[in-house]
This record gives sequence, C-alpha cells and structure tokens, in this order.
Amino acid sequence: MNRRLFLDRGLAQRLGISLLTLVTLVTVLPILAAVVYVVKAGLPAISWQFLSQMPRDGMRAGGILPAIVGTLYLTFGTALFSVPLGVAAAIYLSEYARENTLTRLIRIAIINLAGIPSVIYGLFGLGLFVFFLKFGTSILSASLTLSIMTLPVIISATEEALRAIPQSFRTVSISLGGTRWQTIRRIVLPQALPGIMTGIILGLERAAGETAPILFTGAAFFLARLPNSPFDGTMALPYHLFVISTQVPGMPIQIQYGTALVLLAFVLAMNLFAVIIRSRARSKRQW
Amino acid sequence: MTKDKIVIDHLNLQYADGTESLHDISMAIPEHAITVLFGPAGGGKSSLLRCLNRLNDLTEVRALSGRILLDGENILDPQTDVILLRRRVGIVFARPVVLPLTIRGNLTYGLELAGEKRRSRLEEALVRSLQLAALWEEVKDRLDDPAVALSGGQQQRLCLARVLANQPEVILLDEPTSGLDPISTGKVETALQQLKKDYTIVLVPHSVQQAARVTDYAAFFLQGELVEWAEGKQIFTHPRVKRTEDYLEGRFG
Repeated sequence: MNRRLFLDRGLAQRLGISLLTLVTLVTVLPILAAVVYVVKAGLPAISWQFLSQMPRDGMRAGGILPAIVGTLYLTFGTALFSVPLGVAAAIYLSEYARENTLTRLIRIAIINLAGIPSVIYGLFGLGLFVFFLKFGTSILSASLTLSIMTLPVIISATEEALRAIPQSFRTVSISLGGTRWQTIRRIVLPQALPGIMTGIILGLERAAGETAPILFTGAAFFLARLPNSPFDGTMALPYHLFVISTQVPGMPIQIQYGTALVLLAFVLAMNLFAVIIRSRARSKRQW
Repeated sequence: MTKDKIVIDHLNLQYADGTESLHDISMAIPEHAITVLFGPAGGGKSSLLRCLNRLNDLTEVRALSGRILLDGENILDPQTDVILLRRRVGIVFARPVVLPLTIRGNLTYGLELAGEKRRSRLEEALVRSLQLAALWEEVKDRLDDPAVALSGGQQQRLCLARVLANQPEVILLDEPTSGLDPISTGKVETALQQLKKDYTIVLVPHSVQQAARVTDYAAFFLQGELVEWAEGKQIFTHPRVKRTEDYLEGRFG
C-alpha cells in the first residue's frame, strides 16, 4: 500500500515537473524564435559599410550610421540626467527620509510613473521641453523626455539595492563616529553599486529601444548629416526602423532586418553587461 | 575611591513603539573599572548602553529625560557633538558585525572617518589595537584579507580592536561573548581585564557567571528599573535587595 502510494507520488512529481518545464519552454520559445529570425534575416545586411555610412537613395541603400550615432547620443543624454537624479532620489528615500505619508506618496507616484504609456511621456516632453522651454525637437528634449521615463526604473532598482545592505553595517559605521553621508559613501554605496548599475542599465536599455517618447521631441525622419549639438534633432534606431518599415515604399527587406538586428544587438549587449556585473558582484559579496 | 567617569541622573526613556524603557535611572560608572549591567532580558540594559553614546538617536524615542554626564558634561544635550561623542564612547555589539572591508580596512575605518590620512598613524593604531584585543598574532600575516574570512571569535575581537583603534575613553560591550565558544570568551574577558587599566568599561554580560567573573561594579536591572547597584563583590555575595537575591539564585529570569 505504502509502496504504491510512493510510486504514485513519484509519478505525480514527474508529471508536474514536465508540465512546468513545458510551460517555461512555451514562454521562452517565442523570444528565441524572434531573435533567431531577426538574426537570420538581418545578418546578410550587416557589413562595415552598413554600420559606418550615411543612408543613400532615400534610405533604400547605404548605411544607418546616423541612427546608430543618434541612439548612442540619446542613451548617453538620458544617462546624464536620469542617473544622478535617480540615484540621488533613491538615496534620499532609502537613507534619509522617514517613513511617512509624503514618502509613501512619492513611492506610489514612482510605481505609477513606471506604468504610464510611453507615448504620453512623448506628449509631455513635447509640451514641456520642445515648446515651453523652447529646446525644440532636439537631442536635449528627447533625452530629457527619456530621462523622465527612465527615472522610476532607476529609482526603484537603486532603492532596492540600497535596502539589501544590512542595517547592521550602518549602525556599526555610525557607532564608530561616522556621519550618515560617510556611511553611505564608504559602505552602503560601494556594496550596492552592482545592483544600482544593473538597474541603470536596464532603465537605459528601455530608453534606447523606445520610439514614442522621441517621436515628437527629437527624432528626425532623415538627416543628411550627423547632429553636432544637443539642440540638433537626430535619427535614432527605433524610429528609423519604424520609418523604413512603414513610410518608405520599395524598401529592401534586408535593410529593415539589418536595422532591427543592430538595435537588438545594442539592447542585448547592455543586458549582457548587466548580467555580468550582477554575477561578478554576487561571487565577490562579503555578507 | 576612583573618579566617576559617567554619572547618570534621573534618566527616563520610552520608545515610540512602547517596547523597552528606562524608569528614573540614577547611577555612576567609575573610571578604570568594569561596570556590569545585568538582569533578565528586556530590563533596559541595552537601552541604557545605547544612550551612553547616543545610538538611541537611531531609534524612534517617545520621551527622554534626565541627564547623562560624561566628565561632567551632559551628553543628552542637543548641542552635543554626537560624532565626537561616539569616538570617545565606543560600542561592541552582541553579534560581531565586520564591515565589508579587509581586516585592515575595518580597523582603520574609524580613524579614516575622523580624517586621519597619515599611514604611520593608521598603522600604529592598527597594531596597537590588535595587540590589545589579543588578535595580533592570529591575523598579522593576513591584514589585507576580507574580514569576513575570520572565525566568529576572531570577528568579535576584531570589533573590539576596531573600537580600540579610535582611542575611546569608554568602551560599551553589549553581550560581546554571547555567540562565542568558551575559549574565545576567555580571550575576550582576559583582554577586558587588561583594558580596564586605561579605559572605562561598561559590559552587559551574557550570563550571571560572566557578570560575577569580570565585575568591579555591578547594577541589576529589572523591567526598566535599576534595582540595585554597588561594588560587584558585594552585590554577588550579599545583595541588599530581595529581588536581586532571587534573580541571582535563579528563582526567576
């Protein structure tokens, strides 16, 4: 009787595990398929010329250099604003602010900001940066808009990383005559850095791939030269991909997939970087 | 009769969450001696300890009144420079907490916070404090290893050495040997006996036996009240108050 039960349980166990494995595969497969498909379709287009030349013949030939450069500029610009602001806000929330109605309100706001559709950020950026502050449709306006969109991600991730640092480290540091700031700078931040970096990269990665927020604030359909000031508009990979996929008739399909592949590689490389930072930090952690 | 390093004068403390509190504590802590604060858990010993270097600032306090005089100055005064106070009054906690730094980094941490940059000074403090805490021989060849690699007993002596490196005047110890084996405990107690020549020591022991072993002066705390304080020899052999006697004889707690 007991033995029979045991067998049944073993069977149920195996069935359960197989089912879960299957479900997991079902979720992973489409992602893998998409990546494989884009790589397969886009790889023939990739060449040094494709990466380093300006588009020609109404973008139907030549390279995508301005879009690549534009996305780099936008990512960098976004980092410039969102990283210091986001990290500082998280330090304030986690290390200085007392738990009260105001901080709870701020946290709710941050969570909700993360859920706002990106096109709404785009409209907001258009109103605030392009028109009101008169930055025009420019790298600056687009970067600021992307920054606002990225902030909640960076703040939440940083706060989480800071909170993971044991409270006892802070107590000890303060008991040895440390100020709050000394404690943060010498103990808390260095320990939380890998987590913060991961959050920053994931936030920027999302910004790099977004189209809607830059649509009205900085992205250009086509520019004959590279931007040379933050007040210039710019081409960008996601918007360029949208343009050549829907707005230009007679577009060679390899260029579309080539562009998609470059964008995908850019984003995946950032992701990989985040994973490496995280796993290295985990192996070195001292608590 | 030695000089009183710390005088506690009608100290009352109540936490915001209403947990532990102190009622009208008045006592003195003599210089160059070990004063033990003992009694059952929740009696207010740790709370008192944390008041002595204002670590209670980190906790939400509902009410705090009375005075704590360190060399005649009231440290509960809002004007007190708490950073300076915490350098003068160091604390070792029950669970050893080593900072995520090297052994060397842990020891020089306090001095570096105070702005000391001279290598020779840091090195000197490092060696001296490790010797005082009876740890030098065990770690002198691996000062640049991560401090977490040390055993529990070594970590606790490292925490003691870290406090000593700051050259404090008073050392507070909150059940410093509660997680240690008897040999490590013995090493810590021996070190404390050496240290009391130069420092004022306040110890919350982890057992009555330890209290009796190391005491010069002793104070018995029960539910936030100071029941009795006197010379250790007297309190552990002839307690004056019935409740102290009951506790020492194991009738409660």
